[in-house]
Amino acid sequence: MSATSITIHFVLNGERVSAEIEPHHTILEVLRQRFALYGARESCGQGLCGCCTVLVNGESVSGCLFLAAMADGGEVVTVEHLDSEGQLDPVQQAFIECGAFQCGFCTSGFILMSRELLDRNPDPSEAEIRHYLSGNLCRCAAYPEIIEAVKLAAQMRKQTLA
Amino acid sequence: MTTIETTPEVTRQVGRSLNRLEARAKVTGRAEYIHNLVLPRMLYGKIFRSTLAHGRIVSIDVSAARDMEGVYGVYTAQDILRVIPDPYFGPAFHDQPILALDKVRYVGEPVAVVLAADPHIAEEATHLIVAEYKELPAVFNEVEAASSDVLVHDILKPAGTFPDLKHLAGRKGTNVALDFQLRRGNVETAFAAAAHVFEDTFTTQQVMHTPLEPMVSLAEPGDGTITIHTASQSPSFVRIEIARLLGWAENRVRVRTALLGGGFGAKLYIKLEALVTALALLARRPVKVALTMEEQFFTITKHATTFRMKTAVSADGRITGRKCDVWWNGGAYADIGPRVTQKSGFTASGPYDIENVSIDSYAVYTNLPPAGAFRGFGIPQMVWAYESHADMIARALKIDPVEFRRRNILREGRPHATGTPMRDAALDLVLERVAARMNWTAPFERGAGTLRRGRGIGIGFKALVAPTTSVAMVSLAGDGSCTVYSSTVDMGQASDTAIALMAGDVLGIAAEKIKVIRPDTDVTPYDMATLGSRSTFHMGHAVRLAAEDALVKLRELADELGMPADAPLAAGELLRRKYGMQAGNIVGVGSFIPSYTKPEHETGQSENITPNWMVGGCGVEVEVDTETGHIRLIRFENVVDCGTPINPKVVDTQISGAAIMQLGITMFERMEFDEVGQLRNASFAEYKIPGIHDIPSTIGRETVDSYQHNGPFGAKGVGESSTFGVASAIAEAIEDAVGVRLTSLPLTPEAVFRALCAAKHEPMPEE
Repeated sequence: MSATSITIHFVLNGERVSAEIEPHHTILEVLRQRFALYGARESCGQGLCGCCTVLVNGESVSGCLFLAAMADGGEVVTVEHLDSEGQLDPVQQAFIECGAFQCGFCTSGFILMSRELLDRNPDPSEAEIRHYLSGNLCRCAAYPEIIEAVKLAAQMRKQTLA
Repeated sequence: MTTIETTPEVTRQVGRSLNRLEARAKVTGRAEYIHNLVLPRMLYGKIFRSTLAHGRIVSIDVSAARDMEGVYGVYTAQDILRVIPDPYFGPAFHDQPILALDKVRYVGEPVAVVLAADPHIAEEATHLIVAEYKELPAVFNEVEAASSDVLVHDILKPAGTFPDLKHLAGRKGTNVALDFQLRRGNVETAFAAAAHVFEDTFTTQQVMHTPLEPMVSLAEPGDGTITIHTASQSPSFVRIEIARLLGWAENRVRVRTALLGGGFGAKLYIKLEALVTALALLARRPVKVALTMEEQFFTITKHATTFRMKTAVSADGRITGRKCDVWWNGGAYADIGPRVTQKSGFTASGPYDIENVSIDSYAVYTNLPPAGAFRGFGIPQMVWAYESHADMIARALKIDPVEFRRRNILREGRPHATGTPMRDAALDLVLERVAARMNWTAPFERGAGTLRRGRGIGIGFKALVAPTTSVAMVSLAGDGSCTVYSSTVDMGQASDTAIALMAGDVLGIAAEKIKVIRPDTDVTPYDMATLGSRSTFHMGHAVRLAAEDALVKLRELADELGMPADAPLAAGELLRRKYGMQAGNIVGVGSFIPSYTKPEHETGQSENITPNWMVGGCGVEVEVDTETGHIRLIRFENVVDCGTPINPKVVDTQISGAAIMQLGITMFERMEFDEVGQLRNASFAEYKIPGIHDIPSTIGRETVDSYQHNGPFGAKGVGESSTFGVASAIAEAIEDAVGVRLTSLPLTPEAVFRALCAAKHEPMPEE
């Protein structure tokens, strides 16, 4: 602990937690180093690839750019929370069913963004899917399967609600 | 007690469309990558890099960095020498120092490293290091460098691993690290007798793989041992190379991997592993070096090339002679470049039946970041040139491009330019399927006004890099459950799943019930590397043989126990009878190396240059905006010959994934250097890779009906094949649409617009 360190309190995947951090620490570093949550990953380090996506107060953010101090008093959700009831989220199921990933490094980000899209727009067109996921990169280029997975997840969610 | 028996009810596994074994781990964020690894008392290393393309190191002042609070240590090449006296590494040449020694040879070369428990402190301290260099003239272009007085290295140092590089040992006064040649017939006679002669030059640009998990390695010193945890495509090679550098026996070095967040050739052979090993031995603590995306551009790249091609054509449109001169820009260190130069170089005349061929292929050192393997191992650069050339010839002779290829394509049994007869290469079938999917003979809507449409096709092939070895083990436990031990690295190609399918097919076990152990050289046997689409063929055979060996041992055990000859071979049951309880193992071992005849040094001729040929073809339709040069891809048809698809669902993803990757290289990716060798765009902010908006609404994918007779289950590799035909097909489609021919990649809107202006005799000023 240094002279500049501060303590933040937040709700992480439904659990109240606190952490001693430095002001320059990003939420991504804190999640990985203090809480051993590795689903969000640093790749481009510039907020351009989406691999580090997490939800802060219900909104997706690039974890590599989002300072941890700003999460103080808030709520953070990572991909690890989606199956906390023991069941995969429909988006996760659809990604498996459609083979919507290869190496898997970008997958957490795509899944969180796809869920957010479907929360806001339960029946997106292909153009809307592409637009919403345009900030996420997949070097293996599983894009055709990702688009199919989001369409399938939309159907699965409707059936669950019906 | 639950038992998993090898029952005959579960038979065919190969050919199932199976989700990846690790699919659930990947969608829940719990998949294991070396990126995530943290070890007790671990130090982070941050690298201080050269700012000069070529210079002699005068001094490196690390005192301020060393004095910074929280810094554990600062290390230069002089420190490395204390633990590794001869610190030069590399798969083809021992030319790359762990940290720059005496000279720096490119901007971005590692010069010093700071270790600290806090990575931010390590990084901050690198900014306090001051290096002084005596600047030397630098050379960047591959053709210039081939005859330049500016020498990147004073002497060539082939590693000795590859017999065909031995003749280069000790050569001085040149930047040419390999000069491969092939001679067949007499091209000069063919040119003299030809009805038509065409000569063109094609270039490709330097690009980077940008795996989203940037390169990362950790070394953990032990008691006379070292463990290296690394995101590597070649753990067995890393072990051998580290053992060589340390002068240790192989068994003192343990190399393990996890899932890789992409590889594409970037994580091959040896990259950061020698550095972390030396640092861990010096610091006597575990050391992690994790590159940033930016740093990856300074580590390994894809060769820029210049390809000069001259072709003789008869009056009836047959290619009678072809001369190829290819220069590969290898950057400052050879890496595997000389092998790319040879292994792709010998295919430079294309998949065509040509009596007279001459190929000269040169690996050339320059003062740029090193170039090595990149999905396709040099083949996409070759196909770009020979298929562009084919289209230009067909246009000049007013022959339909599909028809021109039909007249010249290499057919079954005909000799390739190396002299090797073609076997199981479905070139003609792939060509016909691309044409059929494109409705090639149907009327084509060409657009109007400022939006013009065009189309193109291209086809390429690749020889499987040979000869290389794979070893695998299969273990059946006391309950009959099956574990496969293999050093093939799953970097997204679903090799673990393919291995389980192939082992399960032999053993009669559902692939989902088989466990595949990730590479760990203390546990999993030798495999040459995961590269060049070799694993399905080589490791597939090794796994098949290991499973068959296990069946033989089961049969022997059954005989020993006096079981009837027709009794089912249930491993759990047999082991329980043998040991009186749930105990013991049946272990099967398989190893595989294909036959091969090395090419004659002077002529490149061989009767058996490769165990198989992988084939890929592409058809595209584009729409070009004549006011902006913008190119819109409307149709994207990709067809491959991979023999039997082991897992059709994954094969489809491999086909479109590879094609889209090549689309990025074709359309926009380019590392941009200034006149002193500084890279200007080493980030995703300025280096664009394909995103979700860059793909057309539908992408055609097809595997032709074929069977690789010497392959496991009739299979061969597929990870690269759909990269082959993309670039030239798009260039042809652009010419078909708006009448301009581009011969340099990438095919940017600016390049198209400039060409359109030039065609109107209103050229734009250069930048």
